[in-house]
Amino acid sequence: MADLRVDIAGLHLKNPVLTASGTFGYGLEFQDFVNLEDIGGIIVKGTTLAPRQGNAYPRMAETASGMLNCVGLQNKGVDYFCSHIYPQIKDIQTNILVNVSGNSPEDYVECAARINELEHIPAIELNISCPNVKHGGMAFGTTTQGAASVVRAVRQAYHKTLIVKLSPNVTSISDIALAVQDAGADAVSLINTLMGMAIDAEKRRRILSIGTGGLSGPAIKPVALRMVYEVAHAVQIPVIGLGGISSAKDAVEFLLAGASAIEIGTANFLDPAITVKVAQGINEYLDRCGFQSVKDIVGIVE
Amino acid sequence: MKKHILDLILTRVACLHERYVLLQATDPAAPLPEMMPGQFAQIRVDGNKDTFLRRPISIHNVDRRSNEVWFLVQIVGEGTRALSRLQAGDKFNVILPLGNGFTLPASSDEKVLLVGGGVGVAPLLYMGARMRELGVEPTFLLGARSQSDLLQQKAFRALGRVFFTTEDGTAGERGFVTQHSLLQNERFSRICVCGPKPMMIAVARYAKSVSTPCEVSLENMMACGLGACLCCVEDTVEGNVCVCTEGPVFNINQLKWQI
Repeated sequence: MADLRVDIAGLHLKNPVLTASGTFGYGLEFQDFVNLEDIGGIIVKGTTLAPRQGNAYPRMAETASGMLNCVGLQNKGVDYFCSHIYPQIKDIQTNILVNVSGNSPEDYVECAARINELEHIPAIELNISCPNVKHGGMAFGTTTQGAASVVRAVRQAYHKTLIVKLSPNVTSISDIALAVQDAGADAVSLINTLMGMAIDAEKRRRILSIGTGGLSGPAIKPVALRMVYEVAHAVQIPVIGLGGISSAKDAVEFLLAGASAIEIGTANFLDPAITVKVAQGINEYLDRCGFQSVKDIVGIVE
Repeated sequence: MKKHILDLILTRVACLHERYVLLQATDPAAPLPEMMPGQFAQIRVDGNKDTFLRRPISIHNVDRRSNEVWFLVQIVGEGTRALSRLQAGDKFNVILPLGNGFTLPASSDEKVLLVGGGVGVAPLLYMGARMRELGVEPTFLLGARSQSDLLQQKAFRALGRVFFTTEDGTAGERGFVTQHSLLQNERFSRICVCGPKPMMIAVARYAKSVSTPCEVSLENMMACGLGACLCCVEDTVEGNVCVCTEGPVFNINQLKWQI
């Protein structure tokens, strides 16, 4: 048995497998399939200061090896999370992280400040990369100044581990990563979904209600892997890799590229028990190849 | 109800019609879990490059003696076409049971009408079977385009009274289910509906006009089926809710349909 423990800027994970926000609910939805405590960490769905109804249906289109979504951050708001959801999940013996989003820097700060008060939430993932909301979201994550300003503001209000989730819909993701590092981020996670579109040829119209959506699934894995490699070589802070990871082999590739931990997203929809299988598979890889610790393979590919 | 991921073995694949296939499957390892009428399964489609997600298919019947679950599949796209090509003996992976299901009769005094259209008849067979176990004879009102589209007629007749409508008049009364004389002649304590949305809206409108409680089963496009992705939402009096977990069965009073 190899040592699967990793440390992300003070966040101690029993293994490098996290769940990607918006693909695993609050964890409770998956407890029939996996022992939640066998997962390194659970990043719960995107939470905003005020409740959001999200975008209209249809919100999803299937693609070759992936899917598009335009959910638009539907959630009941941070107060509901604190009063109704948190009591149900706070005693799960793994790391519970909250993905925080907003329309304005003030929203992000206020939401992060509320989460800061919750004893059993050791970290947040700041979502400056949602492609499906009109105001905020990705707008902050596509310029170095915008990204840095939100991160700097949240850093003042949030005192635990601050992870910033980056958008791939940019010219240079490394520049954004450097900007959020300088603004006080403890770690970065990447990539969020790639902007895409689906058209129904028979009905001659766009399928998604807002016209565009974010592409996820195995289709985006090579893009994600390249970006993780680039960012890991550009920044000093830990990198969390995600984007189409569907197997232990995929996860190992991200670790080799420089990710200290990984997130599993869309693959949860196909196999709700995939997280634990990936953690076991990483262990088998390390044993088979003679590595003592998962840390020994992070970023070793030239 | 606990959800399970199971590898089932197909015991029988029957082509009912050029567009419909009946899959009967068993779990060779254990008794199948408890399932409610109106619930569904997420079936994995293997070896098809054009599909990615599982396909939500309603539970058509559960046969406890043979430990079988049945799925009635309409071939609408690449995923369901791939499912239709499966053969007896093949293994296929399902997650079940998912969703809430229809309300079962609380007493034998209830008189329940089950209305189905097209492949929407699928969950009504299991609903009828469970009603019979509770001592309530179901009444079925089943609609289709033509006689050859009326599926599983013998199985429905074995459970209760069955009335048909066809659009071309080749079986039962000509027209849509809402035009059937049964609705003029009899009243029911509840109506459960599954079929194309325009049909469900028409039946909901009828039910409302005669003040009869009515449940409809929605089939919004889904990704996960587990309440995680928030893709299959329906706009309800409580806002956007997941059809996969809060439904697929809704009382019409919960919906914002113009009825």
